[in-house]
Amino acid sequence: MHELLWLVPTLPLLGSVILMLGAGRLSIRAEAATGALSVGFAAVIAFTIAGGFLLSPPAGAAYEQTLWRWFDVGGLSVTIGLRLDPLSLVMMLVITGVGFLIHLFATEFMEGEEGYGRFFAYLNLFVAAMLLLVLGNNFLTLYTGWEGVGLCSYLLIGFWWRDPANGLAARKAFIVTRIGDTALLIGLLLIASRLGTLNIAGAMHNAAQSWPAGSPTATLAAFLLLGGAAGKSAQLPLQTWLPDAMAGPTPVSALIHAATMVTAGVYLIARTHVLFLLAPAAQYTVGGIGAATLLLAGFSALAQNDIKRILAYSTMSQIGYMFLALGVGAWGAAMFHLLTHAFFKALLFLSAGAVTMRLHHEQDIFKMGGLARRLPVAFWSFLTGSAALAALPLVTAGFYSKEAILSGAWADGNSGRVLWAAGVFGAFITGLYIFRAVFIAFFGEAHTEVSGRYGWRVILPLTVLSVLSVLGGLIELPPAFGHVTLLSNLLAPVLPATKEAASVVPLLVASLAGLLGIGLAAVLYWRPARPPAETPLWRFWHAAAGFDWLYERLLVRPVLWAARAGADDMIDSVYDAIAWTARQVHEQVRRTQSGRVRLYTAGLAIGSISLIAIAMIR
Amino acid sequence: MTAIPLDQGLGLAAALFALGLAGVLVRRNLLFMLMSLEVMLNAAGVAFVVAGARWAAADGQIMFILVLTFAASEVSVGLALILLMHRRNSTLDADANYHLRG
Repeated sequence: MHELLWLVPTLPLLGSVILMLGAGRLSIRAEAATGALSVGFAAVIAFTIAGGFLLSPPAGAAYEQTLWRWFDVGGLSVTIGLRLDPLSLVMMLVITGVGFLIHLFATEFMEGEEGYGRFFAYLNLFVAAMLLLVLGNNFLTLYTGWEGVGLCSYLLIGFWWRDPANGLAARKAFIVTRIGDTALLIGLLLIASRLGTLNIAGAMHNAAQSWPAGSPTATLAAFLLLGGAAGKSAQLPLQTWLPDAMAGPTPVSALIHAATMVTAGVYLIARTHVLFLLAPAAQYTVGGIGAATLLLAGFSALAQNDIKRILAYSTMSQIGYMFLALGVGAWGAAMFHLLTHAFFKALLFLSAGAVTMRLHHEQDIFKMGGLARRLPVAFWSFLTGSAALAALPLVTAGFYSKEAILSGAWADGNSGRVLWAAGVFGAFITGLYIFRAVFIAFFGEAHTEVSGRYGWRVILPLTVLSVLSVLGGLIELPPAFGHVTLLSNLLAPVLPATKEAASVVPLLVASLAGLLGIGLAAVLYWRPARPPAETPLWRFWHAAAGFDWLYERLLVRPVLWAARAGADDMIDSVYDAIAWTARQVHEQVRRTQSGRVRLYTAGLAIGSISLIAIAMIR
Repeated sequence: MTAIPLDQGLGLAAALFALGLAGVLVRRNLLFMLMSLEVMLNAAGVAFVVAGARWAAADGQIMFILVLTFAASEVSVGLALILLMHRRNSTLDADANYHLRG
C-alpha cells in the first residue's frame, strides 16, 4: 500500500484543478462532490496506508518515495520526495481526516454563496499543499508546501472579496506570515550551505555530527526556523494576523486557522528537534514564546464579543501550549495536543459556524442567547468542544493532552516550573473565557430569530468530531490513569521520549485550575446578557495588548513615511529627466508622421540618394 | 547585331527610374502612383539585363524574372488595396484622407 503515498497529495490537487478548469461549467452538486470526495478518497488511501504502516512498520520506521529529481546543480541535488514516518503519518491523518469532515460541512455551509466552486478549488489546493508540507522529505518540498498553504490562506481569508476589509485582512495575514517565511528561507539556505544537503533526515544527521551543542551556527539556524514557525503558528511577536483572519468563511477558520496550517510551526520544530536540542537558547525561547502567547491570547479572548475571535485567540493560546511543550522537550506531548486540538478546535469552529448559519451570520455572542434549547445540535457540539478546550478532567481529550504538556513542563527543572505555572494559569483562563462564551451565547434570553434546519452534512461532522474530542485522548493516558502510551510508542522512533512528572500533585492542581475557571464563568455569566463596559483595561485586552497599535507606529508608518519622503530624491530625478527628454524628442518626431504617402516616398528617395551619394564621394 | 553599350543601357535605366520616381512623387491618383512604381521596378529590371548582357551572364535575366514576379504580386495586392480604399473613401486621391497621421 505504501506505493500509493503519492496519491494522497495528488488527489486534492486533481480536485482543485478540475474545479478551476470547470469553473462555470459544473453544477453545484458536481462541484460539491469533486471538492469533498477528492479529500475523502485521499483520506481513505491515507488511512489504508496508515493501517499497513502500523501493522508492519517499514525498516527504520520510515518509508521514502522519490517522485522525481527537481534539480542537481553545484553538488546540491534536490529531489521531490515523500517521507512517511510516524510524525508525518499523524499529520497526514489529521489533515485528510479532519479535512474531509470540514469539507463535508462546507458543502452545506457554503450553499447559495457566490463562488461555490472557487471556494472548494482553494480548499482542495490547501489540503494538497498542506500534505506536501508534512510529507516532503526535504526542506525545499516542505517550503513549497509552506508557501502553498500561505497562498491558500490568503485566498480564502479574502474569499468574500466584495468587502474591502476582508481583502485587507488577507493581505495582513500574508505579509505578517511572510516575515516569518523569509526567516525560514534564510534558515533553510543556512542549513543547505553549511550541512550540504536539504534532505531533512540527512541534514539533522549532519547537524548532530558537525555542530557541537550550543554552537552559534546551530543557534542561528534554530532561531531562523523558529521565526518561520512563529509566523505560521501566530505566536509572539508575529501573532497579530490570526484574529483578522477570521474574515474568511468559518470552514476555512476551522481547517486552516485551527486544525492544520497554524500547527505547521509546531510540526516544523518537532521535525527539526535535533537542531533545537543543539541550541538550548532557541529551545528556551520556544517555551518562553509559548507561555507568553498562551497568556496574552487567553486574556485577549476574555475581552472579545465575536464568537470567532474568541476561538481565534483560543487557537493562539492552545498553540502556545504546544510551543511550551516543545520548549521543555515534551515533543510527544506537543504532537498529542496538536492532535486533540485539531479535533476539538475544528469542532468548536464548525459548531460556531452551525450557529451563525442559522442566525444570518450574526457572530456577536451578546446578540445570541438562549440557543441551547433552539439549536440543540450546535449546543451539544459546542459544549463538547468547550469542555475539551477547558480540559474538563477525565472525560475529554483536551484534558489528557494538556496534562501531558504540563507534566512535561513540571519535570523540566526550575525553568520548567515557571512555564508550568504559566500553563496552569492559562488553563484557568481557558476555562473562564470559553465558558463565558457558552453561557452568554447558549443560555439566558434569546435575542435573535433562528431559522432553518441542519442537513446530515452538518450533523455528521459535528458528531464524529464530538466523539473524537471525547475519546481521542484515550490513546495516551498518564501513569495515574492506566498509563496507555499508544501515541508515544508510535512516535518513539522519530521523537525523543517525554519526561513525565513523578507526582500527582501538579496534575491535580492543573485540573483544579481548569474547573475553577469554568466555575467562575458560571458565577459571572450565568445571568449575563449585557455587553461589558468599555473600561481602559477591557479595551487594552480587546485589542490584544495593542500589538496592532504598536506595529502600526513602529513599522507601518515609518515605512510609509520613508516611501513618501524618498519619492522625489536625486536618483528619481535622473530617471525623470530621461523620461522628460524622451517625451520631448517624441513630440518633435511625431510631426513627421503626417500620414501623407507622397511625403514618405520623398523622404525615402532623398534619404537613399543621399546615402548613395555619400558612399560614392568617400 | 552589335551589343548596346553599357553606359547607354544604364542611362536608359536611370532615366526610367527617375521618371517613375517623379511619377510617384507628383501624381496624386493612387492608380497612377502604382503604375509609376511599376516603371521604377522595370527600370531596375533593365539595369539587371544590361549588366547581364555586358558580362554575358545569365544572372541578369534571372533577376529580371524575379523582379517581374515581385511586380506581379505587388500589383495584385496594391490593386486590391486601392479597390478597398475606393470603396471606403470613394476617392483615389492620396492626399485627400490621411488617417494614419501620428
